[in-house]
Amino acid sequence: MIDWSHTALTIGIILGGALMLAGLLIWVERRLLGIWQERYGPNRVGPGGCLQSLADMIKIFTKEDWIPPFADKAVFVITPAIVVITALMSFAVVPIAPSFVIADLNMGAMFFLAMSSLAAYSVIIGGWASNSKFAFLGSLRAIAQLLSYEVFMGLSLMGAVLLAGSFNLSDIVEAQRHQWFVIPQFLGFLGFFMAGLAEAHRTPFDMPEAEAELVAGYHSEYSGMKFGMFFVGEYLSVILLSAMTVILFFGGWHGPWLPPVMWFVLKMAFFIVLIILIRATWPRFRFDQLLSFGWKVVMPLALMNLLATGGVVLWKQG
Amino acid sequence: MKPLCYIHDLLLGLWIVFKRTFTKPVTVQYPEERPYLPPRWRGRIVLTRDPDGEERCVACYLCAVACPVDCIALQATDNPNAHERRYPEFFRINFSRCIYCGHCEEACPTNAIQLIPDFEQSEYARRNLIYEKEDLLISGTGKYHDYNFYRVAGVKTRDKDKRQGEHELPPVDVRSLMP
Ligand code: SF4
Ligand code: SF4
Repeated sequence: MIDWSHTALTIGIILGGALMLAGLLIWVERRLLGIWQERYGPNRVGPGGCLQSLADMIKIFTKEDWIPPFADKAVFVITPAIVVITALMSFAVVPIAPSFVIADLNMGAMFFLAMSSLAAYSVIIGGWASNSKFAFLGSLRAIAQLLSYEVFMGLSLMGAVLLAGSFNLSDIVEAQRHQWFVIPQFLGFLGFFMAGLAEAHRTPFDMPEAEAELVAGYHSEYSGMKFGMFFVGEYLSVILLSAMTVILFFGGWHGPWLPPVMWFVLKMAFFIVLIILIRATWPRFRFDQLLSFGWKVVMPLALMNLLATGGVVLWKQG
Repeated sequence: MKPLCYIHDLLLGLWIVFKRTFTKPVTVQYPEERPYLPPRWRGRIVLTRDPDGEERCVACYLCAVACPVDCIALQATDNPNAHERRYPEFFRINFSRCIYCGHCEEACPTNAIQLIPDFEQSEYARRNLIYEKEDLLISGTGKYHDYNFYRVAGVKTRDKDKRQGEHELPPVDVRSLMP
């Protein structure tokens, strides 16, 4: 009985926290982009504008929720749910502090990879069900991009798994008590972070929704709260990417003085801000560059990194 | 080492953008803080009166002709009782079309039509953007305080005959101009 209520509480805190944070991030990102472009950004609703997302939500609920007559209705409606659900599911394996995790799976890293692959489907079928040119082009790009970047997302993550000797994310964090994996696994970190940006379709890998050329890419046809779900899903995956980077390469909750949760949140915040800074600065890849960069540069690097890590681990074992 | 160059540039870009955190935004917080608009700023259009308090507009249609988007409509009329001169019966500007180019002001021979530094013309209904003469006509002289077209024009009016305007020379006897 006690165990169950504890689990329910953890689920509530982590999922609720993730959703709240995603809502907050919509405002944080706009505000930070504004500051970095020498503007203010939204600063009217609430102190400093922090209730902007609430105002947006009210607005988005009162908007007409339009399903295009040429769309594949059932799939069209289901897709936004998949985005949010897969992102939230991944949070189940994220260890925020020692034993502060919903499901301490033995295959946590694998589960995360599987969920991010499932999230790719939402983009693909979302664009397909919309049945319009721009959405379709966006999802075509998404297919190519997600397939190629998923490959070395897994590969670069394996370095950390090899060093820790476990797929369990809590074990991986525990193995970084004395040294963060970013030092022996710097290439792995770069590969993982880039692949994660591509999975979350953030700049410079935001080809699937390139606003400047494809209206809004795969979610062009979505309106009202369905569009809002895509939006929240994107920010959820940004949070997830930051959380996973911290867990796999930056020692999770480890750190002096402050309580573990604080360390985790601080490190995560750092990566979230970094991702927003990247969006404020870097231009988008051209599509052919995107693919050749993925397959010809990052993929060999990830493979070599994995090979070297495996060699070192074997050599150390004697 | 080209790749290293690229990486250096990318990181430099990040740093330059990050430094913007500490600069003051250039935004003017509009409703509380108002920007300075120079007197010749081209905003809302008014019809002015001459220093004697009479309408300046003589309904010559030049502004309507000059307007590139055809948003001025007026009708000239002659009312000897009230005016002894032409004046617009109605004068209508459709501000939903106006592009605030100022061509009308340049074309106007009497300085009647003027653009002033005011841009707060938002309306909820589009029809409210059509300004009639009573909306446009102000009681002052606008930007040109002493100009009165009829005092410098060589036409006869209520209070002056031909050749009696300012800067006008007395009549010339053409026969005395013989060489
Ligand atoms: S400002 Fe330009 S567009 Fe507007 S009424 Fe005058 S001439 Fe026409
Ligand atoms: S406003 Fe000026 S240009 Fe237009 S009709 Fe009147 S006098 Fe002529």
